[in-house]
Amino acid sequence: MEQRAIADTLKTQFSEEVVDIVEYQGQVGVLLRPDQIVPILRWLRDSADLRMDHLRALCGVDNSKRKTSYPERFEVVYQLYSTELRHEIRLRVLLPEKDPHVDSVVSLWSGANWLEREVFDMFGIRFNQHPNLKRVLLPDDWEGHPLRKEYPLKGRKEWQGLVELKERIQELDQHGFYPPPPVEAKKGGTAKKGAKNPVEPQKTVAQAAAGPASAGKEKTATVAAALPAGVNTGKTLRERDQA
Amino acid sequence: MKEPSKQTVEVPVATGDEDRYRLRMGPQHPATHGVLRVDLELDGETIVACDPQVGYLHRGIEKLAENRTYAQTLILTDRLDYIAAMSNNCGFCVAVEKLLAITPPLRARYIRTIVNEMSRLASHLLWLATHALDIGAMTVFLYCFREREILLELFEELCGARLTFSYPRIGGVRQDVNAYFIDGLQRFIDIFPEKILEYETLIDTNRIWLKRTVGIGKVSREKALSLGLTGACLRASGVDYDVRKHQPYDAYDLVDFEVPIGQEGDSYARYRCRMEEMRQSVRILQQCIDQLPPGPIVGEDAPDLHMSQRIIPFREARVSAYGTGLIALSHKTKPTYPAGDIYVATEVPKGELGFYIISDGSPRAYRMHIRSPSFIHISALTALSEGGLVADLITNIGSVDVVLGESDR
Repeated sequence: MEQRAIADTLKTQFSEEVVDIVEYQGQVGVLLRPDQIVPILRWLRDSADLRMDHLRALCGVDNSKRKTSYPERFEVVYQLYSTELRHEIRLRVLLPEKDPHVDSVVSLWSGANWLEREVFDMFGIRFNQHPNLKRVLLPDDWEGHPLRKEYPLKGRKEWQGLVELKERIQELDQHGFYPPPPVEAKKGGTAKKGAKNPVEPQKTVAQAAAGPASAGKEKTATVAAALPAGVNTGKTLRERDQA
Repeated sequence: MKEPSKQTVEVPVATGDEDRYRLRMGPQHPATHGVLRVDLELDGETIVACDPQVGYLHRGIEKLAENRTYAQTLILTDRLDYIAAMSNNCGFCVAVEKLLAITPPLRARYIRTIVNEMSRLASHLLWLATHALDIGAMTVFLYCFREREILLELFEELCGARLTFSYPRIGGVRQDVNAYFIDGLQRFIDIFPEKILEYETLIDTNRIWLKRTVGIGKVSREKALSLGLTGACLRASGVDYDVRKHQPYDAYDLVDFEVPIGQEGDSYARYRCRMEEMRQSVRILQQCIDQLPPGPIVGEDAPDLHMSQRIIPFREARVSAYGTGLIALSHKTKPTYPAGDIYVATEVPKGELGFYIISDGSPRAYRMHIRSPSFIHISALTALSEGGLVADLITNIGSVDVVLGESDR
């Protein structure tokens, strides 16, 4: 059946629900109110002359930055296709900005489960009666919904899980080959410089006397002495490698 | 030390029932084909609950696409299904061409069909190799990579890249094929049917292979449609659905080929479907080489890569405001692209890859949704595996053929 004809049949069947019918490049989209979406989709799937058995895609749209004004902020778009009769139709359900929610279609297509979870993840649109509505691509403790238009491209801040992971790596690095300098020594940068200066002549004397191999050892010993007791001397190891 | 969050260290705990335990398979498990994690609840070796977790490779391609021009988005589509990047490129180009009403020339359509089928072969070879390796057939793995290497070398000859091609362009392809490429492809086609026979000799009637695949991960026709399976997974269940036949794009309406349909809907049927698909791909390639017409490779109405300045309206504006350059400049950035929304699907090796693109008249997509077959196939793993054994889950993951780059986007 032609797409236009399907849209017209839909309009006669559910005249209350259809807001508008738009056509572009031979593809027809039907704009709908959200309340009756499950009966509409069930009718499209089961009626004998339509048999739309394949839910091709289900996605969300944020209309807030459109150049032309749109009646509602959010949309959930359903792409339907009939594998037997080879026709398709697009349904666009309009949802308000405040508390957007629509009935879940998992009862009709079990494959819609993750697709609806993705829309929830990316847009914050809730699906009523969904069996397991939680984030799917992003971590559970992610803040915000990235595909909303006001969400910045680079994100607002680092994800808390990554921050904790980095802290943990830093902590474990203390036991590695090149542990980072301890935080206390970093803070007192000027004091350390002052402490280092008197050591300087000693080092040059040692280098001249014993050559480069023992100079490294000497340096390790002197800097370790300059640092407070119990602090890891890993920094000097790194310095030695660089030299 | 700070209290670790739930996300990072959630150790499986005993549920009280001593026969059941939870097992976390992946994300570094070699048989998960990428960074897929499957949380399992087991009763002995039987899977009671199976919950796949994705998102480890999420790069926000849909968000990025809203901030880049169509020409710049093309390179992102390489990173979807990196095993068959050419198919993704072609799918995206077909979608944008339909959106912007651009017609690629016939030669470009044929070349795209060639590269599409080559990447289908490359993807199926990698699928067969890893799937067989999971089940324990090492030799097939080596044989498949031997042939895949020839294909990758041909791709390298064509466009210089072996993995991320970005070879098609909106309105055509980047550069023409040369005689060396066609010769090499012809040589490959000549030897490849024998190679398929070789793989089949190794595993088709192999007792271990049959025991591991026949009746495993069985999906009925209705269930497959309900789960949203596409590609070989759907056809193995007896549904005649191939986008190349149903809604032909590029040169698929000009070549003759058959769509292999299975019946049983189990892992073995999916394997058979893909093997037959490889034979059909060879058939399509042969016809494309024979029919390849001369002519241009990029359409006249194709946009240039710098899509924000379309030349024609700029010239018009300059002519109309001759002598006043400032006015001409102010006209330059006027939107000249059509506004509307479109869903275009293509048949990639994994299934149906769809692009839903909304344009609002600017050279950037207002919204681009990617319907990735792998994402839906992974969600179907739950239905395929529950009630089976852990070893059958490995078969199922291999047999539905998923790529996590495409799944996570």
